[in-house]
Amino acid sequence: MKNITIAIASGKGGTGKTLISVNMFYALNQLYDSVTLVDCDAEEPNDLLFFSQTQLKQVSQTEVNLSIPVINDKLCTFCGLCQEYCTYNAIFILKDLKRISVLEDLCHGCGACTFACKYGAIKEREVSLGEVTTYKVFENSYLVEARGRVGVYSPVNVIKAATTIGQRGGIVLLDSPPGTSCPFIQTVAKADYVILVTEPTPFGLSDLKQSAETLKTMGKPFGVIVNRAGLGDDEVYSYLKNENVPLLMEIPFEREIASIYSRGEIVAKTRPGWVDDFGEMFGLIYKDYGDSGNKR
Amino acid sequence: MKIAITSTGNTLDSLIDSRFGRCSYFVIYDSETKSTEFIPNPNKESIEGAGPASAQLVATKGVTKVVSGEFGAKVKSLFDTLQIELVILNKADKSIKEIIELLER
Repeated sequence: MKNITIAIASGKGGTGKTLISVNMFYALNQLYDSVTLVDCDAEEPNDLLFFSQTQLKQVSQTEVNLSIPVINDKLCTFCGLCQEYCTYNAIFILKDLKRISVLEDLCHGCGACTFACKYGAIKEREVSLGEVTTYKVFENSYLVEARGRVGVYSPVNVIKAATTIGQRGGIVLLDSPPGTSCPFIQTVAKADYVILVTEPTPFGLSDLKQSAETLKTMGKPFGVIVNRAGLGDDEVYSYLKNENVPLLMEIPFEREIASIYSRGEIVAKTRPGWVDDFGEMFGLIYKDYGDSGNKR
Repeated sequence: MKIAITSTGNTLDSLIDSRFGRCSYFVIYDSETKSTEFIPNPNKESIEGAGPASAQLVATKGVTKVVSGEFGAKVKSLFDTLQIELVILNKADKSIKEIIELLER
């Protein structure tokens, strides 16, 4: 069995992370045993749409919670220690006015305030942040979906839970959220290798640079897939050459690919060449970063 | 009446700071004594929650009005419950002295 975790990410949204993720997942399933796809885009997960409901069998579901402080102002002496302990400015206190409140959006659920309180004025209550659902897709192959609850401030805890649950051994693909902020960092932190998907436009390049710089800082190896090749200009290619970043694959700018994708279908099913291409690309990544090369 | 104004520096000639939570200084102006106090903002580099922490700071000073370029969503509701008036001033070239003159009119 081959063991490796690969994140599929991009700075810019809409470059084709999901296209690559679901097709690579499908292709690797044709070639290897035990492949898991984790949809880490908890704010709008959509990998599930590419598999028919009859094909999917739900095997487990885990609720992701956060413990939020509840302050009893009858017991509170307004000493302010809980606020001093809070790194995230989630407790608002006006000692003179005897006012105290919790800003739930800022709370990370660390429990420091409860620990700080000497008067037993802080109790905790569980707040649901979202859920992680595991589906069986093919034999010995799973799709793990992180789905944040609408209105929750940060999807990071749900992503963290999904990458932990999704770490089933074998080949694990992480479909990352867009951008380069905390949700992206949380996802790629668990990967042995990162595939950045971009498009050959000034927008694609601008965001590619930001993601590449972030990954360099994190010490993560990465390569690039250029989607919609043929569109835009050559600047992305010059950048890759100058920075010595491997170009892993090019996907042509073709109406038919977009059409298949927009129907929620997997392109590799009707284009067997894609299975070979993804297999070949995976083989090269695995050779350098799989199993023994795993320095997580 | 005490009024907080966000400032880019610690003199009356400094310009207004367009951000509330992460401004450089808070000026506390007392319209009765005509005195001003400049407080360096300890929340300027906060990782998160600079707005609410700054709201707490100015509320502790007993102000009833805050002047800044903009306010985030979290602090707006906090100031509402504290019945502190918010004044949005979209003129980045106004100095603290000029703003005090405007408030005195």
